[in-house]
Amino acid sequence: MIPLSYYVAVATILFVIGLVGVLIRRNFIIIFMSIEIMLNAANINLVAFASYFDALDGQIAAIFVIAIAAGEAAIGLAIIIVVFRRKIATNVDQLNLLKW
Amino acid sequence: MTTFFFAYLALISIASGILTVALRNPVHCGLALLTLLLHVAGFFILLNSEFLAMVQIIVYAGAILVLYLFVLMLLNLKTEERVFHQRTAVIAFVTAGVGGVFLLMLLSSPFASLSGNATPEVIGFVGHTKAVGITIFNDFLLQFEIIAVFLLGAIIGAIVLAKTPIARQYDSSDKP
Repeated sequence: MIPLSYYVAVATILFVIGLVGVLIRRNFIIIFMSIEIMLNAANINLVAFASYFDALDGQIAAIFVIAIAAGEAAIGLAIIIVVFRRKIATNVDQLNLLKW
Repeated sequence: MTTFFFAYLALISIASGILTVALRNPVHCGLALLTLLLHVAGFFILLNSEFLAMVQIIVYAGAILVLYLFVLMLLNLKTEERVFHQRTAVIAFVTAGVGGVFLLMLLSSPFASLSGNATPEVIGFVGHTKAVGITIFNDFLLQFEIIAVFLLGAIIGAIVLAKTPIARQYDSSDKP
């Protein structure tokens, strides 16, 4: 039986990788992919705790997280398409209209 | 055997996560993310949640990632000269340091809790999909309906946002 700490360690490392990706990349879509990495790290934690403490609630929460991620991807990619179509920007540093 | 699979899944998922963040071509990043998602599904199988592993493969790898790849190829992004942010090294080191502190704190905590009643024997008796379905439609019915309304709103929002602006073209038809 793998100790629970190992799953938590893997999830933490994946979360930090996603956080670094959000902070250092300049491409919109890669930033969204990094957010997906972070959501997956949270899912690993939820399912690991649910499995080790014999409760199904964590797995239900993971299903909800997957549904939220689907909605977030649809809305985010629609916004990206609008931004690219109007030729407003090609990376996040140029989107500074709301950042005063 | 479980230890071997866990080591394999952990190694490949962390490596593909790093590749997703570090590769230059966005399509390669998407394929590395696909590898990561499939190995996270392997983690779910290792944790006795087969239904969630299938949901992960079908919804994440099948729907969300295909959406990402569609948008990537629709926009035809070129690989830029400056892929990373200006202060990449500083950000990466600071974040890795904070993450290391969190990792040490998490690894040294005992993680004790009350146990529920969904033991592997009970789940194996009724089947994992049925157990998840009974729980989601009894204890989490309100959240399930909220998710349904949320997805409907997301669909409508995506369609409204990405719709081709026809009326706008009529307004500016005299301009070149």
